[in-house]
Amino acid sequence: MALKFFALAVFGTLVMNPECGTTPASTNVVAAPAQNVQPITVNSGPANNYANGLFTSVTVCMPGSASNCQTIDGVLVDTGSIGLRILSSALTLNLPQQTANGSPVVECNQFVDGFTWGPVQVADIAMAGERAGAVPIQVIGASGFSTIPASCTSTGPSEDTLDTLGANGVLGIGLFRQDCGPGCAVAGASNPGLYFTCSGSSCQPTAEGIAQQLQNPVWLFAKDNNGVIVELPAVSPLGAATVNGSLVFGIGTQANNAPGSAAVFTVDGQGTFTTVYQGQSYGGSFLDTGSNALYFLDSRTSGLPLCPDTADFYCPASSQSFSATHRGANGTTGAVPFGVANADTLLGNLSFSVFSLLAGPNPGSFDWGLPFFFGRNVLTAIESQNTPLGFGPYWAY
Amino acid sequence: MIAKPSPSLLWDQTSRWAVAVILAVLGFSTQAAASLGGDLGSIQTDQVRLQGAVMRVTSSDTFTVHEMRASTGTTVREYVSSSGKVFGVAWDGPTVPDLRQVLGDYFPAYIEAAQAAQKKRLGHGPIRIEAPTFIVEQSGHPRAFVGRAYVPQFVPTGIGTELVR
Repeated sequence: MALKFFALAVFGTLVMNPECGTTPASTNVVAAPAQNVQPITVNSGPANNYANGLFTSVTVCMPGSASNCQTIDGVLVDTGSIGLRILSSALTLNLPQQTANGSPVVECNQFVDGFTWGPVQVADIAMAGERAGAVPIQVIGASGFSTIPASCTSTGPSEDTLDTLGANGVLGIGLFRQDCGPGCAVAGASNPGLYFTCSGSSCQPTAEGIAQQLQNPVWLFAKDNNGVIVELPAVSPLGAATVNGSLVFGIGTQANNAPGSAAVFTVDGQGTFTTVYQGQSYGGSFLDTGSNALYFLDSRTSGLPLCPDTADFYCPASSQSFSATHRGANGTTGAVPFGVANADTLLGNLSFSVFSLLAGPNPGSFDWGLPFFFGRNVLTAIESQNTPLGFGPYWAY
Repeated sequence: MIAKPSPSLLWDQTSRWAVAVILAVLGFSTQAAASLGGDLGSIQTDQVRLQGAVMRVTSSDTFTVHEMRASTGTTVREYVSSSGKVFGVAWDGPTVPDLRQVLGDYFPAYIEAAQAAQKKRLGHGPIRIEAPTFIVEQSGHPRAFVGRAYVPQFVPTGIGTELVR
């Protein structure tokens, strides 16, 4: 508690001295609510334990129904994955089940830190005046599918509950149209086995057609369907209790989503680009609202000590400034200044859940998580969708 | 991809380490690699479970790398010491490999540690498990995962663990 009091005292000092220069100047303008603007919030989430969690509310409806709908809050906004996934515990609608040859289709979805297991069901998805019809979504941890195949549990820990997922669902709105793509659509040894058909407790991997896979709902909208813009204000180095922003649908489709002079960074087939740091190039870098910190390199390379109680975050004695360069597959480069503060000190302030200087290790690469998005408007263009800045997939800011 | 040593990188590295390199392409179907901490002899199991073919075997004085590419597009590399012990494994690709197979006897402890980490965790991000006897790291996102694991006590003397990648 002493730590918490200290942090609040320092924050108070900063507020009283606005010209001391430690509060970053916000250079971006966050779009006002409109037909294509979905409110987003960084807060501690429905499990009340999240740091740097970007959440929104998503309305799902029975396919074709305008009234039989449910709005689910606490859904994590994730530019690092594709598809809507809702915890069965948060869903009251009895959505139609997707089947193949009469058997229910169930997915083992792989996130980097665990898997979600649950049936593929079909819903209309509505947000900010946009609507995608009959979209395959995953209902995580639904009853009737409690036996998880060994090939699924072999990929990591389960994230099928509010406690383990930290959210009521995940809204994957990244660079691609489908979560898996062509690899899952073909039968045989090359199929990675993400989709299954189940009979009772027996589940077998199945080929899942492109259109039947989980979809990025944005590309299925009737308009504003070529990508999204995540707009979040700058955040004090000490953090904040909560911040509000906008998820704007469409790139250059309305007056409020013109890309302006944003620099375009195209990606490779896996959705990654290069970060150059101290003369070294690190491929496999990506922007990800679903990662809750700036995760980069390791202690030895960054010179930052890990926290004494967790290997997840860095704990330098005092805040440090860094600079790296993003390099797209198209050769575009841009300098990215960023900072790292002591994670124990930041997180010790229990009344805050937003931290611009939270960072941790990610050996060999850069995972530009949510702190990168503070004070920027970041465009995510979907594969094969045309925009005024060219076809997706790309990031631009 | 992040940690995948391209052939040229591998060559650079090994020459920097001033060791003799033998590159053998295929022809190793009867002796590929094994689970983490296992012995060279159980190698075939991995190939079958991963439905992969050995792409190549790279040898130095102190260790051998067996690289397998599954037909799913995910590559697994197993680092075998001169005494025949698998001291490290690394993977990258669009999906996570069968870690029960790749991590072998360490898999249950890995899952237990990962579940314990979930309870302390404050959000989603790369995984890093530093257990008393082994290390597991995984980063990336769907369509581009990169991971590695090693057992410090089995790593040959003089070999930096950053080589397992």
